[in-house]
Amino acid sequence: MKPWRQPGFWIPLLLILVGGGVALVVRKDTLREMTFTLLMYVALASSLNILMGYTGYVNFGHIVFFGLGGYTGFYFISRHGWHLVPAALVGGLTSALLAALLGLAVLRLRGAYFALATIGINEAARAFVNNFRPFGGPTGLFVNFAIYREYGGAPQALWLTYTLLLITTLVAVAVSYTVKNSRFGLGLLAIREDEDAAMVMGVRTPRAKTIAYVISAFFPGIIGTLFFFKNGNVEPGDAFRLHMSIEVLVMIMLGGNGTILGPVLGAAAYERLRGYLLTSPLFKSLHLAFAGLALLLIVLFIPAGLVGWLRRRFPVLRRWLE
Amino acid sequence: MILQVENVSKRFGGLQALQDVSFELPEGQILGLIGPNGAGKTTMFNVINGVYPPESGRVIFRGEEITGLPPYEVARRGLARAHQIVRPLNELTVRQNVMVGACYGRKGLSYAAAARVADQVLERVGLAERADQLAGSLNVAQKKRLELARALASHPYLLLLDEVLAGLNPTEVAAMLDLLRRIRDEGVTILMIEHVMQAVMNISDYVIVLDYGKKIAEGTPQEVANDPRVIEAYLGDPKLARCLLEGEESDACPPSEKGV
Ligand SMILES: Nc1ncnc2c1ncn2[C@@H]1O[C@H](COP(=O)(O)OP(=O)(O)O)[C@@H](O)[C@H]1O
Ligand SMILES: [Mg+2]
Repeated sequence: MKPWRQPGFWIPLLLILVGGGVALVVRKDTLREMTFTLLMYVALASSLNILMGYTGYVNFGHIVFFGLGGYTGFYFISRHGWHLVPAALVGGLTSALLAALLGLAVLRLRGAYFALATIGINEAARAFVNNFRPFGGPTGLFVNFAIYREYGGAPQALWLTYTLLLITTLVAVAVSYTVKNSRFGLGLLAIREDEDAAMVMGVRTPRAKTIAYVISAFFPGIIGTLFFFKNGNVEPGDAFRLHMSIEVLVMIMLGGNGTILGPVLGAAAYERLRGYLLTSPLFKSLHLAFAGLALLLIVLFIPAGLVGWLRRRFPVLRRWLE
Repeated sequence: MILQVENVSKRFGGLQALQDVSFELPEGQILGLIGPNGAGKTTMFNVINGVYPPESGRVIFRGEEITGLPPYEVARRGLARAHQIVRPLNELTVRQNVMVGACYGRKGLSYAAAARVADQVLERVGLAERADQLAGSLNVAQKKRLELARALASHPYLLLLDEVLAGLNPTEVAAMLDLLRRIRDEGVTILMIEHVMQAVMNISDYVIVLDYGKKIAEGTPQEVANDPRVIEAYLGDPKLARCLLEGEESDACPPSEKGV
């Protein structure tokens, strides 16, 4: 059961490495920008999958960890002149800490009640940041151009950010695989299938759920810091977009909830499609309606998602498509 | 005594599901818990393993009071349970289901060790060739065996079995009883709720009878089957007592009651 011997472990990582590596080799800014968004969604979807896919808790507030963690990391960069790497780590840790505190309270709720609470958390976080002086209130924070000198100029800073995101994405997917194929992950899967039965079998459900929530929150905090640093500024409106949460959710469902490769493929497919819809004037203002419709169709017709469907239809593929 | 239940009462709204029930279970025995439908047998299990805290009374397991502990704490102390209404983890494989028991039971095995134990246990309950199938695809009899396998994989000191024979055909019942005896002989204590009367009378070292939430009798299978209160409350028909003892083939069994 060594992960490095399993094709299910290597396939998603190689896809990301190749897909993300092209921009590094070609060194074109437009390709980098496009791939940045793509990788960001792959990592967000893979991290949400740990809570939603493995543990069975639908979370509409995943983006709160992107927002608050990102704000925190960005705060240390813009106000205290920290380097991007420690700032991003602190961003991730802040989100993880927030999840640990929230988890003990909200993870007692099940099903729709939990899902609703996560929306509340997102809105509460937005309201908090809007009124929080150190984070610049409604105007947010920005970086001074002088800051790029530390990185050898703005382009170098952007390439570094991109490379860090690629690494974060690889780590997130590797963690996702490791969790799923571990004793801890088995406990999460048991919770997803039947939480009461899991308790009777000895799974310490409150603790296991909280740890899953913490792991899934850590990555968005890093990603948020990288994203805001790339943009050079952050405002409450950018940080807590509920529709981003929903889109990440659609990506997971599209690729296959609870699989490892699913969120990767789902994020890539959805991103491409959205890229197309955004350039088409007809669909530009409709792309969220499209997300809703896609979700409806997936839940109705292929609830297992692409990878889940393939695994069921062709059992020989199971070793390859985890 | 591996398990002591002392003056346990549990109510659901206006319904007194258990009333001042006490009993003890010596180590290494099979104890039968019988009683008509709705007598409170499953509720007794729920109180013992921590699904519901009782209003009053105590549960002591291996000398430690476990009243009110959550089910996972009880499970980790070596008390495993097979449910009356099966609860397979449908989207997981049969092997994974059993691994949960092994990983989170008394020994808290590692993932790899749990996989090995799961395969051994599945072999024992006759599900080995189904190990890679999804648990949801098993039939009811197989799901019952899966419940037992998950409980066994946790290496329990005490096994609570809630109607594991229900729905099995006579050959399967015989095989299951054989398995349960072997499990007992390995030192695992068993507390079993059973409706297949002949079976429970045949296998139990001791029997407790519940009726309307109260313990109305206890003793060896012979004593219980001859107890007038049991006959009155539980069977309503003295002839059935002999039927219980002698088995379904007995001429004391009225045809309509066969297979009860
Ligand atoms: N969770 C519950 N809420 C309300 N009533 C319950 C609950 N569980 C059991 N009961 C009631 O308690 C009584 C005993 O049930 P149970 O212990 O399942 O009986 P048995 O297993 O002996 O057939 C029944 O009348 C049942 O309806
Ligand atoms: Mg019952």
